Amino acid sequence: MTLAACPGCVAVAPSVDAAANKGSGGAAALHLALPQIRCAACIAGVEGILAKLPSVQSARVNLGAKRVRIVLTQGYDAAGALKALNDAGFEAHELDATALRPAGDDIGRRLLARAAVAGFAMMNVMAVSVAVWSGAGDITRVMFHWVSAAIALPALAFSAVPFFASAAVALRAGRMNMDVPIALAILLAAATSVYETFAATGAHTWFDAALSLTFFLLVGRYLEHRARATARSAAAELTALELPRATRLTPVGRETVDVATLMPEDRIALAAGARAPVDGIALGAAMVDRSALTGEAAPIVLMAGDPVCAGEVILGSPLTLRVMHRAEDSTLRRLAALVEVAETGKHRYSGIADRAARLYAPVVHGLAAAAFVVWWGLTGDLHHAIAVATATLIITCPCALALAIPAVTAAMTGRLFRDGVLLKSPTALERLAEIDTVLFDKTGTLTEGVARLPELDATAASVALGLARVSDHPASRALAAALHNHLPADLSELYEVPGEGVCGLWNGAQVWLGRGQDEPELHLPDRCIPLPLRETPRPGAAEVIQALRGRGLNVAMVTGDTEARAAALAATLGIDRVHAGVRPEDKADLVRQMADRGKLVLMVGDGLNDTAALAGAHASLAPATALDAARVASDGVMLGGDLCAIDETLRLARRARSRIRQNLALAAAYNAVAIPVAVMGYATPLMAAVVMSTSSILVVLNAVRR
Amino acid sequence: MNILIVLIPVSICLGAAGLAACLWTLRHGQYDDLEGDAARILLENDMPAQAEGLPPEIDKDEMP
Repeated sequence: MTLAACPGCVAVAPSVDAAANKGSGGAAALHLALPQIRCAACIAGVEGILAKLPSVQSARVNLGAKRVRIVLTQGYDAAGALKALNDAGFEAHELDATALRPAGDDIGRRLLARAAVAGFAMMNVMAVSVAVWSGAGDITRVMFHWVSAAIALPALAFSAVPFFASAAVALRAGRMNMDVPIALAILLAAATSVYETFAATGAHTWFDAALSLTFFLLVGRYLEHRARATARSAAAELTALELPRATRLTPVGRETVDVATLMPEDRIALAAGARAPVDGIALGAAMVDRSALTGEAAPIVLMAGDPVCAGEVILGSPLTLRVMHRAEDSTLRRLAALVEVAETGKHRYSGIADRAARLYAPVVHGLAAAAFVVWWGLTGDLHHAIAVATATLIITCPCALALAIPAVTAAMTGRLFRDGVLLKSPTALERLAEIDTVLFDKTGTLTEGVARLPELDATAASVALGLARVSDHPASRALAAALHNHLPADLSELYEVPGEGVCGLWNGAQVWLGRGQDEPELHLPDRCIPLPLRETPRPGAAEVIQALRGRGLNVAMVTGDTEARAAALAATLGIDRVHAGVRPEDKADLVRQMADRGKLVLMVGDGLNDTAALAGAHASLAPATALDAARVASDGVMLGGDLCAIDETLRLARRARSRIRQNLALAAAYNAVAIPVAVMGYATPLMAAVVMSTSSILVVLNAVRR
Repeated sequence: MNILIVLIPVSICLGAAGLAACLWTLRHGQYDDLEGDAARILLENDMPAQAEGLPPEIDKDEMP
């Protein structure tokens, strides 16, 4: 079924009701992420620690979401709670409430309420129906039918709304989805049953069949919604972890403000490792990592007065920035807007559910119509002909068919979620199963981004700075920029060996900064410190590429970095096809060209320069360290740092596809038996109840088995 | 068979009571953290969310 077309199932865009986040007495509620909690003792520990804090009014841990919701007695400062938890050994991060969906999940709750009503009505009608099936006569039988109608009609009017709504949307758009035969079966079953009840002809009523159909499908829909909602809320949590706050420097001192309130000419302080939230001008020397924007792995050296774009990461030492543009006008946001355009293309993919519905609906509707015409023609009995046609529609197992796919996607999405892969799109599993080419971004995806300097103590830092500032080598300049807030050591007899390094005398001892075995090294009289100023492959990168090639997939690398660096990495990882020096907009073109050649591309990338390619590819994955825009554009997010998750995801996606096919085959086999019986006019409500339940249980069991 | 006049309404009322209880638990967010509730049974002095003074996270009027 097209879930995107179903008003009862569409996950709404993240929104937060401000009132819902206010605690009693006007105090603010805030959410902390607790990534490592996993048992009852953790719950007791976290809640116990928070209960002892005077500023905390109350705290409640949600173990499923790995979060705690705190109501403070006053203010909006999580610092005390964070410190108390971190001191006790619980890793805790503050979450941005505006990026977070409320933990209460309205759509899921509404589906569950509908399922509860349908289940209640189904059981009562079944209890009454058993009496009819076992031969209650005349007046009793009529009374039972009236009782069934009184329960079933209001229950159906409430519970089956999602199917009617989705079918109406599909029909209005001139499409066919699985909800059309379902809605038709429910409507016809209810209508003929009402007629039989009023006419009291003693023929069958189908109230129980209509209700059990509704109940089973609602349960399937709820399970599927729940699996995806969990993955989506975890993905939203990644966004919420990036608090949109900045430290503004004012004449009075420092203040923490919302990034949205920054105005041009404000001065903000950025710590080492922080991402610039807005475009600005550097007010000092700095080293920045621009790889998220351009894909180039080498750190870039900035002098005072150079521009800094939003999204760049400050390396080495803190930097003061003069704001040039407000957050919504900054580079990052402008590029993120492009993603939304590219994303719409993906919704055109029609899932296997829709294709099955397109095949199934005409066959069943055609058979029902043919049965009606033939029976009416042969016997001239309009009433009996309608009864046969209704029985055909009900008994042909739209239930098993409609459950076949959601049960599998729910089970597999849940399993991937536990393995740390969050799939957000309903058709992502199917698209992942079809992949034949994997395209990796280099910087930040196959590698761990631009290497960070190791922590240098004051002595080592001052010696390194003293040596680095006399050289013009790019690595030295980067090092000097990164260490500019240290005092250079007093060195003498400095000289540079071009291409090798710089050496000098420090307190009478020889010190040396230069080329080492693999990476630059700093030699002090008593020790040798490696300074890895180049990128290192992510754990599992080589293994995953080997595994993917072993599956017969094409593996290629695309990067904005230079040919030489890309080729060097490709050689170590075993990738033979490399597209180097590709500009961001050309990455999307590359993906499109590959698609035009009939390739089904899985794009794996993390940077802003990858977003258009991620959105345009057949399927896409992003690591959790990716920029927000890249995570939004991709179908799935990998939480662990290990790339082996890609191989596991593809394996489970293919297994999901084969399970879906098995389930569809099972449902078809049931239909092959049920259709002749129904068309010949032998179907009874009891038979419908048995067939519907057994086939539904069978496809669900097949979906959840390991 | 006159006993049915009594028994059928009784059985339906019992079912309806169950349904009402189910909807009540739903409104109070008792299905929001199934994993946590499974673990909380092991705690000695656990309190329900309401008793701790936590306001419910949902607006009660928005349920159908």
